[in-house]
Amino acid sequence: MEIFLQQVVNGLVVGSVYALVALGYTMVYGILGLINFAHGDLVMVGALTALQTMTFLMGVAPGMSPIAMLLLSLLVAIPVCMLLGYLMERLAYRRLRNAPRLAPLITAIGVSFLLQTLAMIVWGRNYHTFPQLISTTPLQPIEGVFITPIQVTIIAVSALMMAGLILLVTKTKLGRAMRATAENHRVAALMGVDTNMIIAMTFVIGAALAAVAGVMFASNYGIAHYGMGFMPGLKAFTAAVLGGIGNLGGAMLGGIVLGLVESFGAGYIENLTFGFLNSSYQDIFAFMILGLVLIFKPTGLLGERVSDRA
Amino acid sequence: MNELALAVPWLGKRNPLAARWLVIALALAAPLVAMAFGRTWVRVIDFALLYILLALGLNLVVGFAGLLDLGYIAFYAVGAYTAAFLASPHFDVHLPIWIVLPLAACFAATAGIMLGFPVLRLRGDYLAIVTLGFGEIVRIFINNLNYPINITNGPQGINSLDPIVLFGWDLSRNIRLTEDVSINTLFLYYYAFLACVAGAILFIQRLQISRIGRAWAAMRDDELAAKAIGINTRNMKLLAFSLGATFGGVSGVLFGTFQGFVSPESFSLMESIAVLTMVVFGGMGNIAGAVVGAVILSALPEILRNLAVPMQQALFGHVLLDPEVLRMLLLSLAMILMMLLRPSGLIPASAKYSHIRYLKAKGVTE
Repeated sequence: MEIFLQQVVNGLVVGSVYALVALGYTMVYGILGLINFAHGDLVMVGALTALQTMTFLMGVAPGMSPIAMLLLSLLVAIPVCMLLGYLMERLAYRRLRNAPRLAPLITAIGVSFLLQTLAMIVWGRNYHTFPQLISTTPLQPIEGVFITPIQVTIIAVSALMMAGLILLVTKTKLGRAMRATAENHRVAALMGVDTNMIIAMTFVIGAALAAVAGVMFASNYGIAHYGMGFMPGLKAFTAAVLGGIGNLGGAMLGGIVLGLVESFGAGYIENLTFGFLNSSYQDIFAFMILGLVLIFKPTGLLGERVSDRA
Repeated sequence: MNELALAVPWLGKRNPLAARWLVIALALAAPLVAMAFGRTWVRVIDFALLYILLALGLNLVVGFAGLLDLGYIAFYAVGAYTAAFLASPHFDVHLPIWIVLPLAACFAATAGIMLGFPVLRLRGDYLAIVTLGFGEIVRIFINNLNYPINITNGPQGINSLDPIVLFGWDLSRNIRLTEDVSINTLFLYYYAFLACVAGAILFIQRLQISRIGRAWAAMRDDELAAKAIGINTRNMKLLAFSLGATFGGVSGVLFGTFQGFVSPESFSLMESIAVLTMVVFGGMGNIAGAVVGAVILSALPEILRNLAVPMQQALFGHVLLDPEVLRMLLLSLAMILMMLLRPSGLIPASAKYSHIRYLKAKGVTE
């Protein structure tokens, strides 16, 4: 039972990070029908920019409180990612909006590798230790189940961000314009919506979420490097598909479900396969889920879109 | 070779026959020219040929049939590991290349169908990401199947694969002509690979104007219409996946035996994307495009490696960008800029293969 609960906790923590990243994927897909492969790498840029800021702050003001330091580094990482998200859309994707669908997809892969290469140039190829500013001493709310304050923070911050995003999309004028653009670009433009601006905003908002996800991801594992974003990015995309791509609630649900499946999978696979497979196979769950969902229920758990897009 | 000859700048259109001889002469003389710059360059063009073979195979899937496959390298891995299992001290099995090669081709084709079946309904970006997942799953298995039973030897890879022996002729040994003149093993491999590539090109050229090739083109351009005129799109897709995979498997065997060593590192997502970039960069659906893309994008990083490192040392006193970074930078920029500036690639595919006059001239239709 303790193991079960422990896996639930771990799954929720990872899942909420996936959910945050998945929101970026799903928003862009909903509005452009494009898988922005480079979105996962914004997670990495966010984490490494925050790391850079923290290192700088530690040198300048060693006595600063950890919370302030974390917030300040977020304040640097978020705008950097937002700018990158904007540039990505403006320079690479906008021109290809009416091109055959293969073109933006290949460009997106190219942008992803470009971001990784640039990060490699700026931060090198090594793994960096990410300072764990929030305590990692585990608490024991239930006998035998451990949760660290940083994990609590991750769940709380993701929940807050998601609530904020839902408010933004459902209650504000910008949100209404976003929904209108996702429904139909042309008609939205006829109604006086500046669709170019709205699409750019979608990228920018997604990038901000990715930056936050990156900082939390890195502080959970205590490690950051140039390639850290790609795999979580793919998993977040899986989460978005699982929940029903284009659907915000679906992305959150998909993220949590994927996180839980992964942590249960990693926890139990060894017993289930009589020791033949072990937890190093953790990464295959996301891909298997992705395949299964696309084959058997392409609309995902909550979605309405179909896979028949070429 | 027609398409390749036509792709020769200036000469191709004016005098196709001369251009064809030029291409053949270039292909035959390439290792001699490369040798003038040193043995590493012969190795580089050997690898360029392997990439050509890979790019030709992926081009069948992506360019001809319009199925974006991001897990292509998995088939390369299947080929390479088949060679490693069947012809190395790892299991102490040493089968000759004439058995290994067809077996690897069969395994790869089977893997292609295994991938193809579940994803028949998917297209475009969904297909891309599922195939990517397939490639990653294969890599994860190769990386971890060393415990509890050691099958792939895990991340260490498998060493000392048997070299190719053709008719009692070991390609990995220099041939001594006289006391001090000998033909280097890299040359032998070059011509063996060249024969494979030439065969592949001839095969694909025939395939392109055949019923199958035209069915693929129809399916790529409009799947619904293709179905409506009676093309069995399911079989055509499976055929595309399995044929493309066969090419991957064969190149994998050649790669493994040439290098004498296989490890999961050679089959990362990066490699899949590199091959895709070659196809896209050269021009999808086009034999010449795949060849030119593969040659340029496999040789350029090597040239940069040899130019950029000393240049940076001279300019800045130390190496700012190491060759691997340069390679990635080059590939990613090639993908982005090509899509933005010239989406049909360096050598755009011509639609002439579907022209009735061309087909009549070739005797394909009556």
